[in-house]
Amino acid sequence: MKGEVLKGYGFILPWLLGFILLTAGPMAYSLYLSFTASNLLSPPQWVGLENFQRMLFEDPLFYRSLLNTAIYAGLSVPLGLILSIGLALLLNAPVRGIGFFRTLFFFPSVTNMVAVAVLWMWIFNPEFGLLNAGLRMIGIEGPFWLQSDVWAKPALVLMSLWTVGGQMIIFLAALQGVPSDMLEAAALDGAGRRRRFFAVTLPLISPAILFNLIMGMIGAFQVFTQVFVMTGGVQPGSEGGPNNATLFIVLYIYKKAFQEFDMGYASAMSWALFVIILAMTSLAWRLSRHRVHYSSRT
Amino acid sequence: MRAFLQSFLRPTRLEPGASPGRGPAVVIRLVVTYLVLIALGGIFSVPAIWMISSSLHDLSGVFAQPFQWIPDPAQWENYRRAVSVLPFPRFLLNTIVITVPVMFATLVSSALVAYGFARFRFPGRDFLFAVCLATMMLPGQVTMIPLFIAFSHLGWIDTYLPLIVPSLFGSPFYIFLLRQFFLTIPVDSEEAAIIDGAGRLRIWWSIIMPQARPAMVTVLIFSFVGTWNDLFGPLIYINSPEKATLTLGLNLMKTQIMGSGIVEWNILMAASLLVLIPNILLFAFAQRHFVQGITMGGGRS
Repeated sequence: MKGEVLKGYGFILPWLLGFILLTAGPMAYSLYLSFTASNLLSPPQWVGLENFQRMLFEDPLFYRSLLNTAIYAGLSVPLGLILSIGLALLLNAPVRGIGFFRTLFFFPSVTNMVAVAVLWMWIFNPEFGLLNAGLRMIGIEGPFWLQSDVWAKPALVLMSLWTVGGQMIIFLAALQGVPSDMLEAAALDGAGRRRRFFAVTLPLISPAILFNLIMGMIGAFQVFTQVFVMTGGVQPGSEGGPNNATLFIVLYIYKKAFQEFDMGYASAMSWALFVIILAMTSLAWRLSRHRVHYSSRT
Repeated sequence: MRAFLQSFLRPTRLEPGASPGRGPAVVIRLVVTYLVLIALGGIFSVPAIWMISSSLHDLSGVFAQPFQWIPDPAQWENYRRAVSVLPFPRFLLNTIVITVPVMFATLVSSALVAYGFARFRFPGRDFLFAVCLATMMLPGQVTMIPLFIAFSHLGWIDTYLPLIVPSLFGSPFYIFLLRQFFLTIPVDSEEAAIIDGAGRLRIWWSIIMPQARPAMVTVLIFSFVGTWNDLFGPLIYINSPEKATLTLGLNLMKTQIMGSGIVEWNILMAASLLVLIPNILLFAFAQRHFVQGITMGGGRS
């Protein structure tokens, strides 16, 4: 069976090489870079903990970007979960023509984010945009959205709700896995609609909720494309919105690394982001251990 | 999974007895369901309708108040202008030159690795598979700076190599997806072929791959969408405007038009819609593969 072992490794060799060359090696080098001053032109200079010191004690923009990201994630993830569960429940209704509506809600989530971002810049245009024109019809003068440091983040949250289709599909698949005999039994026992949802459906789809929560948090902390496209001015380097209101952590890392070529400092921040994401994921995992129900049925 | 896919587009399974009330109550529920669906569907589709309408207005029509939903006359030449502001046909070609190799390299390399994980016993296999899955959770920001430095030492900046070469090494999500699919294929025909003396590579190519066609299509579609729409990779690796992809080109055009005095939103909307056409076509013909890929990601627990 020795040949079997060699052949097995032979087949997984592409991934194994890729793991070493494109993941593990770069991770190790990135960790090294985070202890250096590095600008691409000259070899990295070892500076010890200086980057981390600067990040934690001297750079208010680091905290600003983390806070911006946390506010965005704190708004967009729960709202997205609620909306996508609601849509999935609605789209699980056994009515004619439901396939059309599923397509309608799903499509915005699988398109080109730059095109979507350009569309929403126009929607958020304070004077002529769709949103403020709609608000004006009901007598409200809308804010300046992307140009306002208060409303720029809520604008991005609003836009993120338009692309919850992927999460909605996962919930829809989970809902269809809820056995109808269990719902019927609960109905026979006198449980009303609301009770059946909270006592039967919700526990049974809890793995999907945990999955969407974790992936949603990770995605929200790494949001880049729409922020880069929508909140930049014309000059490169002006991305990050009015008064740094939309300077999110990945955008900040990008600017440090690829506009200022401050590779050491950017590497240190990327490790901070990695640790934060890891901590959040394991926290969500741990807190949910007793609440998430894994059934043997699918 | 299969049942869900089949029920996705034409699902009219009625809940047997799940609703205790019958008669008027059922009708009212049905009406309410439709009303909510139409209202929410309206809200979700208004941005897209507005985009199409804006793209067909002339400049004064775009800024007219109140906005005319049906442009009269429709300015189809906006589309011609959109492709002439920047060399979009060139961008289209560039994007194809990147996307097609990536799609097939991703498929072949991921399928080889998936077959290795699915059909061979070797020490450390389960550990390595767990490592492979774990790397899916790794934020790309940690590796992007060293990779950029490495690729610039290789002289690959402003070429398509940093965008294409990594796809030769398989991608964890597709490896996972294909492995799960391979596990559902019975081993009988492979065993017969082994007895006949066929090599494993040949078995993989001529017995396994043809049976895995649905999973292969899902992988091709997802890697197409991921590469075609990617902004970040081209943004950091491509400097010459004439080497831009459609996505990067649209962003260049946005910057250029935003920088001029009066922003021609009609032209921007027309260009955005043109960029979206491949997405729309693909989605129209392959919606079930999108659903399959997404639920495969969420369905494992």
